Amino acid sequence: MFKWLHPLAKPETLYHFCGRLFPWLMLSAIGILLFGNLWGLVFAPQDYQQFDTVRIIYIHVPSALLSMSTYTMMAIAAFIALVWQVKVAQWSVLAIAPIGAVFTAISLLTGMAWGKPMWGTWWEWDARLTSQLILLFLYLGVIALYGAFSDRQTGGKVASLLAVIGIVNIPIIHFSVEWWNTLHQGASITKFDTPSVHPSMLWPLLISLLGFYLLMLALVCLRLRTAILEHEQHRPWVRATLGGH
Amino acid sequence: MQFDSFSDFLAMGGYGFYIWLAYGLTYGLLIGLVVYCFWEVKAFHQNFRQKLARAQRIKQYQEAEHQ
Repeated sequence: MFKWLHPLAKPETLYHFCGRLFPWLMLSAIGILLFGNLWGLVFAPQDYQQFDTVRIIYIHVPSALLSMSTYTMMAIAAFIALVWQVKVAQWSVLAIAPIGAVFTAISLLTGMAWGKPMWGTWWEWDARLTSQLILLFLYLGVIALYGAFSDRQTGGKVASLLAVIGIVNIPIIHFSVEWWNTLHQGASITKFDTPSVHPSMLWPLLISLLGFYLLMLALVCLRLRTAILEHEQHRPWVRATLGGH
Repeated sequence: MQFDSFSDFLAMGGYGFYIWLAYGLTYGLLIGLVVYCFWEVKAFHQNFRQKLARAQRIKQYQEAEHQ
């Protein structure tokens, strides 16, 4: 069933595969993200308690969910790289890390801009906020560890190891609002129940989420292509593809 | 449409600062990330072309010396 995945472990095949996907992912990401955000900003109703500040949800929740699913994706790639020594899995760990770090930073910053008017504080050392900050440090740690070794192979292995170990933080972030008494509210969508968000707000939220998702995949494709070229630049196929002699 | 006028939209019921701060930071970071990813592609290609040209020049000199 998943046999079609096997050829993608070959750098050259993956390079062309990502190249074909990228324009579609990028264009649809821009269109869907702007559509979802505009719907949320202009047409979605106010919240009866939070008034217009609820409109921050259309960037805060998608970026926060993406920060965690991007990390999961990176950790899976790191696991594959460590166990089966797949080169492209190793490279994708480093291709994914900066993108996830930006999504994490966005979730923290939009949360602060929402927290100030609604909670009365920009920041609180609450379990959800603190564990999300640790996620940012994990991303930065993966990037920094890779850069700390002069040998790329060793750096990649150590960075992958941190990425795999750091996965323990993902359930902590998710369940932090249940395990501890947090200032942050509980889950409204990612729970085993019907979402407790009204359709008039749920739809623009889900569309914004899809937009963020597509943007993440598009940028991963783009960065993975650059990483493949960087690592394979002495191979004949790269010269043939890029028109060298 | 939830707003009566454009200034109403900008004011966001008095919470304009926080909402536009959040959206401004988000789009600023996202656009920065996209620009960075494209810059990486451009930088690689430039570097790659330079390396190729250099290899070409070395080869030419070597061939010229042997003649």
